[in-house]
Amino acid sequence: MIEFRNVSKTYPNGVKGLKNINLTIEKGEFIVIVGLSGAGKSTLLRSINRLHEISEGEIMIDNESITAAKGKNLRHIRRDIGMIFQNFNLVKRSTVLRNVLSGRVAYHNTLRTVFGLFPKEDVNLALNALDRVNIVEKAYTRSDQLSGGQQQRVSIARALAQEAKIILADEPVASLDPLTTKQVMDDLKKINQELGITTVVNLHFIDIARQYATRIIGLNAGEVVFDGPVEEATDEKFQEIYGQQLEKEQQRGPVGAGAE
Amino acid sequence: MSQLPTHTVDKPKGRGKKIFNRVLILVILAAIYVWAFAGIEEFEIKETAGQISKAIFDGIIHPDWAFVNEEEGLIFGLIDTLAISILGTFISAILTIPFGFWAASRRDKSGFFVTGLGRFVLSFIRVFPEVVLAIIFIKAVGPGSFAGVLALGLHSIGMLGKLFAEEVEAIDHGPREALIATGANRIQVLVYSVLPQVLPGFISYTLYRFELNVRGASILGIIGAGGIGAPLIFALTSRNWPRVGVILLGIIVLVSAIDLISGYLRKKIV
Amino acid sequence: MSQPPKKTIPKPPTRIKHYLTAAIVLVLLALSYIQTGSSFMDLITNRDQMASLVIDMFPPDWAYFEKIIEPMLETIRMAVIGTTFGAIISVPVILLCANNVNRIPWISYPARFILNLIRTVPELLLAAIFVAIFGLGMIPGIFALTIFSVGIIAKLTYESVEGIDKGPMEAMTAVGANKVQWITFAIIPQAAAYFVSYVLYTFEVNIRAAAILGLVGAGGIGLYYDSNLGFLNYPRVNTLIIATLAVVLIIDFVSNKLREKLL
Ligand SMILES: Nc1ncnc2c1ncn2[C@@H]1O[C@H](COP(=O)(O)OP(=O)(O)OP(=O)(O)O)[C@@H](O)[C@H]1O
Ligand SMILES: [Mg+2]
Repeated sequence: MIEFRNVSKTYPNGVKGLKNINLTIEKGEFIVIVGLSGAGKSTLLRSINRLHEISEGEIMIDNESITAAKGKNLRHIRRDIGMIFQNFNLVKRSTVLRNVLSGRVAYHNTLRTVFGLFPKEDVNLALNALDRVNIVEKAYTRSDQLSGGQQQRVSIARALAQEAKIILADEPVASLDPLTTKQVMDDLKKINQELGITTVVNLHFIDIARQYATRIIGLNAGEVVFDGPVEEATDEKFQEIYGQQLEKEQQRGPVGAGAE
Repeated sequence: MSQLPTHTVDKPKGRGKKIFNRVLILVILAAIYVWAFAGIEEFEIKETAGQISKAIFDGIIHPDWAFVNEEEGLIFGLIDTLAISILGTFISAILTIPFGFWAASRRDKSGFFVTGLGRFVLSFIRVFPEVVLAIIFIKAVGPGSFAGVLALGLHSIGMLGKLFAEEVEAIDHGPREALIATGANRIQVLVYSVLPQVLPGFISYTLYRFELNVRGASILGIIGAGGIGAPLIFALTSRNWPRVGVILLGIIVLVSAIDLISGYLRKKIV
Repeated sequence: MSQPPKKTIPKPPTRIKHYLTAAIVLVLLALSYIQTGSSFMDLITNRDQMASLVIDMFPPDWAYFEKIIEPMLETIRMAVIGTTFGAIISVPVILLCANNVNRIPWISYPARFILNLIRTVPELLLAAIFVAIFGLGMIPGIFALTIFSVGIIAKLTYESVEGIDKGPMEAMTAVGANKVQWITFAIIPQAAAYFVSYVLYTFEVNIRAAAILGLVGAGGIGLYYDSNLGFLNYPRVNTLIIATLAVVLIIDFVSNKLREKLL
């Protein structure tokens, strides 16, 4: 469970990234956050595992405050939260398997991981994770030899190997073509349903959001402007919320691709 | 035209300043050259110059092959030179790693003690030529190859540190963030996201420095810090040109071979 | 989850190559350690001696500054002149070596070969040879630095020239330019920036090199290092170090500023 309690974030340059956010995300939900560029989607997602510090309020992960956590405690909370990035963030020169195993380092002592001495179970866990996203045959390939979609699946496998209870994905399909987009989103959905992993995804496209989400959260200028089940997230509703902004943006492609 | 006053006014102004700058630089350059050439001593070629050149040339064409296999001869000297550069380069590479991280500018931190001081220390080290360092180390550990090793090891930090720092600055921060997000600690983040990115560069630069160090080690003997330089300076002062010739050939062959091997390895790494 | 997946997983690649590389490196290091008679114990046991050497250096002999101004200026002069001559000689060498300018392989390859040979000879060795030919003084130093500079400038520039934009070259060929026009309009404008920046870089290198050429009698401040260390006059050595440091840092600074201005 993820809880936002009166969370605000002001960047050092004065920009308000989040304004008094109150949200509760239950276990097993598949949440898609939508919003125009600059609405604060990344800011929200990154505050959950504290890649960004918030300025006010508190964020609770399974009733434990990550906002107050320090050192080892913080790392243990983070260990339970997998993260998937728009540009994959794999170490390109390392093999696929090593990238996936890097999701396991927080489970072992430093010395052991420095020498890369992972127990057999970890290696099997990593291979199984790769199998789940259908690229186990690439385990010993260098990551930079994979296509974008394959790399994103590797990063999903990293989150799986991490045995995360929550997966955060910041525009995981923004640099992928429609077909690979479907594969990656299907993988995320499958994991969410089969393993019950709470999944929070940032997306630009409302139609994909409707297809996969159980609940959609709309952001605008750092505020929650919509929060409800997919059925309520109609085109009319979003037209109403974003109004002219949406129309303008639509010409350039993002958010309201519902018209597609 | 009258609607675009800013353009018509601005352009010549900026240009005039540029021309002025160029002229200023040219004038300064001219002054430097006048000063430099005025200070040069009278240039007279000694009558013997031609003779000696010919003798050296003869020496290179008819090298003293007997010296090659002599005890403490060419082979021994070249091996010693190589050994000095291998060990010196290795020591400097290891010592440089912390310097590289120290002198690299970072996104999250900045300030004099983080980057500026590191850079200054590196420039400071670079100022000492290896030969001068060798002279100092000879005072400390006595004449011989070890002093040469230490001199190269210390001197190379200056240049390697700068190159390593650039490598660190160029890393992709994405994987670092990904590792932090998994709950890894600082050392794990370093080992799993930073090192794999910088290590190939580090190795490649170390090999490049190794090429330079082989050249450096071949002259250390001139001041008694081991290697082929000692017999070379001896042959030069005793005007034993065939021996100078064979040593020169030996150095050229050694350095070329190392350049080739190291160049091949560097290509493979990238 | 701790069973390996049923699907056929690829075999991990053998690590033999890694182990072999590590073994070779270790053996080379061990052999080098033995060959050079290195002993880090010596370094530790002699640390007092080193410390006392450093202590002896203080305070520096400030009065000595006056005496080394002249040789210091001589060092700078040698570097200026050596770099300049080197730059001038480099121009034809670059045109001969770059294979997109000189399309005749039996000229460009030998030219590069000779350039590489020149680059193998350390500058101090060049200086020692020129001292044997011309006698003591600045002249052999200038000669050595000239050749040394050609090695750096020509190599760096011709490699950059080979990487320049093909468009203007093809355009000049298309308008029927002759070779000289072709070089003037297609190559020089693009290569000039590289050339200037490499010349300045070489100048910085040459200042450092010129500072030690005196060790073999080729002028400049180097001779003073040798004699003061010989006489164990460490405060003076310190003065020399400070002076060299100051000059090098100033030259680096000026050269960097100039590079920024010119580019
Ligand atoms: N590091 C930062 N420093 C200052 N302001 C920032 C920083 N990062 C983001 N912002 C600002 O905070 C606001 C929210 O940014 P955020 O990245 O969360 O938007 P987003 O919804 O993810 O947009 P996009 O869809 O383009 O990724 C924007 O106005 C942005 O300019
Ligand atoms: Mg974003």
